[in-house]
Amino acid sequence: MGDEVRLKIDGHDVSVPHGTSILEAAAKLGIKIPVVCYHPHLSANGVCRICAVDVGWRVQVAACVTTCSDGMEVRTNSDDVTRARRTNLEMLASTVNLEDAPDIQTLLEKYQADRTRFSAGQKREVPVFDDNPFFLRDYSQCINCWRCVQVCAEDAQYAFALTFNGRGFETTIGTFMGQGMTDTTCVFCGQCVGVCPTGALKPKRQSLLEMGKSPDEAMKLARPKNDRKRA
Amino acid sequence: MTEESSTIDLQPLHLLAESYRGRSRDALMPFLQDAQALYGWLPGEAQKTVAETLRVPLADIHGVIEFYSMLYNRPTSKEIIRVCNDPVCQLAGAEAVIEKISEQLGASGIHIERSQSNVERVSCLGLCEHAPAALFGEDAKGDLSSALADNHLPLDASSLPSKVYGDRLLILDRVGKVNPRSLVEYLESDGYTALHKALDHEPSDLIDLVNQTGILGRGGAMFPVGRKWIFTRDATSATQERYILVNGDESEPGAFKDRVIMEDDPFAIIEAATIGAYAIGAKKGWIFVRGEYPLAYRRLANAADKAREGGYLGDDILGVKGFNFDIEIRRGAGAYICGEETALFEAIEGKRGFPRKKPPFPVTHGLFQRPTAVNNVETLAALLAAIKIGVEKWRAIGTEQSPGTKLFCMSGHVERPGVYEMPFGITIREMIKRAGGLPNGAEIKAILVGGAAGVFIGPDKLDMQLTYEHSRQYGVPLGSGALMVFDDSVDLRQVVFQISRFFSHESCGKCFPCQLGTQRQMEILERGVGRKTLAAEDLVALEDIGMAMTQTSLCGLGQTAASATLSALELWPDLYR
Ligand SMILES: Cc1cc2nc3c(=O)[nH]c(=O)nc-3n(C[C@H](O)[C@H](O)[C@H](O)COP(=O)(O)O)c2cc1C
Ligand code: SF4
Ligand code: SF4
Ligand code: FES
Repeated sequence: MGDEVRLKIDGHDVSVPHGTSILEAAAKLGIKIPVVCYHPHLSANGVCRICAVDVGWRVQVAACVTTCSDGMEVRTNSDDVTRARRTNLEMLASTVNLEDAPDIQTLLEKYQADRTRFSAGQKREVPVFDDNPFFLRDYSQCINCWRCVQVCAEDAQYAFALTFNGRGFETTIGTFMGQGMTDTTCVFCGQCVGVCPTGALKPKRQSLLEMGKSPDEAMKLARPKNDRKRA
Repeated sequence: MTEESSTIDLQPLHLLAESYRGRSRDALMPFLQDAQALYGWLPGEAQKTVAETLRVPLADIHGVIEFYSMLYNRPTSKEIIRVCNDPVCQLAGAEAVIEKISEQLGASGIHIERSQSNVERVSCLGLCEHAPAALFGEDAKGDLSSALADNHLPLDASSLPSKVYGDRLLILDRVGKVNPRSLVEYLESDGYTALHKALDHEPSDLIDLVNQTGILGRGGAMFPVGRKWIFTRDATSATQERYILVNGDESEPGAFKDRVIMEDDPFAIIEAATIGAYAIGAKKGWIFVRGEYPLAYRRLANAADKAREGGYLGDDILGVKGFNFDIEIRRGAGAYICGEETALFEAIEGKRGFPRKKPPFPVTHGLFQRPTAVNNVETLAALLAAIKIGVEKWRAIGTEQSPGTKLFCMSGHVERPGVYEMPFGITIREMIKRAGGLPNGAEIKAILVGGAAGVFIGPDKLDMQLTYEHSRQYGVPLGSGALMVFDDSVDLRQVVFQISRFFSHESCGKCFPCQLGTQRQMEILERGVGRKTLAAEDLVALEDIGMAMTQTSLCGLGQTAASATLSALELWPDLYR
């Protein structure tokens, strides 16, 4: 097996070490393929498909999880690539509240996505979970990128507090039998909050500040209440 | 957590746990299934016992239960009546059946799944030749329109008759004639002659022979069996362990051929898997049967036990020193996606049935990351038949590029629905004629070829030959060999909507295009039901969604979830105008 593979990306020749992803090879050429679920420090599962590119096959491939092969000809911006990206972004915007997801907002602009296109469709509506002193969970802002579940498990913390409810469109992030975070195996390391690309996981203090509370008030409000009653 | 969990008697579960102690996560699904059999559902306390016994995180157990339709984390009745909700049964009057059943049960309302009442609408049960059909607990019942008109629940205990047809049955020769519970009868009807023949060859020569049969995988992907076996055999594996996995998850709407084989000729599957094991060098195999096929599961489990007792599984099989092989029968728990081979691995490993990214491919990194040959039930049955009669005779049937016979599942508006074993090359027109034509001499409106993941064709393509080469030429994938026939009285908008509903219900939710696209597609098509028009922008949206799902989805489910819709839009441009 040779160490280097040679391929063409958008007409440019590039040579990369064997095992390099299309995403990394493109970056080497200064071509930025958009990503949503991908995070450089987490294992890539290829779930959002926003990075899908044309390599001349029957279907497109996810650039973040597909490795380059010799002679590959990649097109990162063909009509089909752009059309699929726009459609996938439009479907996402119609499902989830993306207000607090600046990177996705940028992509919506770039691909001229019509945010109202599927507005008649069902939305992801889940009440906010305010069940611990540290962070809020608002899954109406969750895109199911898997990052929090991954850091909580084998990608980092081995706490295994998070999982999925339901399947298909009904999939949401959850805990064992819907327990509040304090009842789970969560160790409050905060890594999930750190990797969340949307406003779904947010430190409580930050969200209180955003709601216009003063730092002092926010500090007080974020402290655990003894009766553990929900606001 | 619900009230009930604190009041359940954990004693029987603790006894059960003893039999699982020492095992690990791969025992999760069987353990959950056994535990559910005790309580009718899986209370939190029971889940905790399972978690502790197998050392699996509680959150993961929750995620698994949430994924599979037939596992419940809230109370439900112990005997659930699952009525098929998909096109063939719908055409045959499934709605009236549901009404009748609920009326008789006095049920207040029916919801899709996880309902408190004991009637569920479910995806295709693979009983299409008996439509409208339902599973009453573990018993399959068919032709329910007439059965319920004359009788009250519970229905009598008789099982459904097999409906197989064909001039010269090679694959189905024992079905309905040989007692599927008896190894002795199997042996008396040419059983295990193919294994004897196979063992006369070195494994590599055996694979050559398999190549010569020209058999392609019959689970949909049409990959040559022989090549798959070579890749698996040659894959380097640190432990040298490799596996054979029989895919009996058959959940494609309109497909029921694998069920018939598993129920009525279970020893054949075990024999064929044993031949595969010898060829690739596997010591362990699995047969994964969809959860909605309880009879097939029982028959296979019985056959495996008898084969083991008879020395056909275990060590030194048929006296061949060092040829050791055993097989485990697994039940699914309600998820079409687990027919996808990598999702199938995840299910056996005790996880949510999320398909994996490929590569790596199963032949190098399959079940437990070991080289694994995944073979469809019919693929193996056909191979067994070919070995039995000999390659020359097998190749004399069918066409050069599509040798032998093939099973076709005829359903919908045909006089005699059933499994038809026919030589490759028969035309769709002849096929329909064989099935007795359309009832009452009605005209054909459409045929859905290949099940929900397939495409619609109109009467103009009736002369297409059912072969790989013709299907390629016509751009009509044979898929699982399902042919759903619709007469001109059918409301196609309703059918297209039902297919989209199937996909939205069965999408695993891993990747965005399919998770979101199957939902949006269904919503739009639902607006088209009963009304004549869809807005122009809706039609454009269907094309965009279809394109995005087909091209960017992670697995074959999303990649074919728009196939029927797009073919309908192309074939009948005025369908929604
Ligand atoms: C969504 C989906 C569902 C599938 N369901 C089945 C199934 O029920 N049975 C089956 O044999 N193959 C099914 N397949 C195909 C399998 O992934 C695999 O290709 C097949 O089992 C290999 O066996 P074969 O080569 O004998 O066909 C499915 C594929 C997809 C994408
Ligand atoms: S909560 Fe955040 S990190 Fe977790 S899946 Fe949702 S969007 Fe991704
Ligand atoms: S295409 Fe559908 S079924 Fe396949 S991985 Fe994506 S969401 Fe799951
Ligand atoms: S960034 Fe590649 S699939 Fe999400």
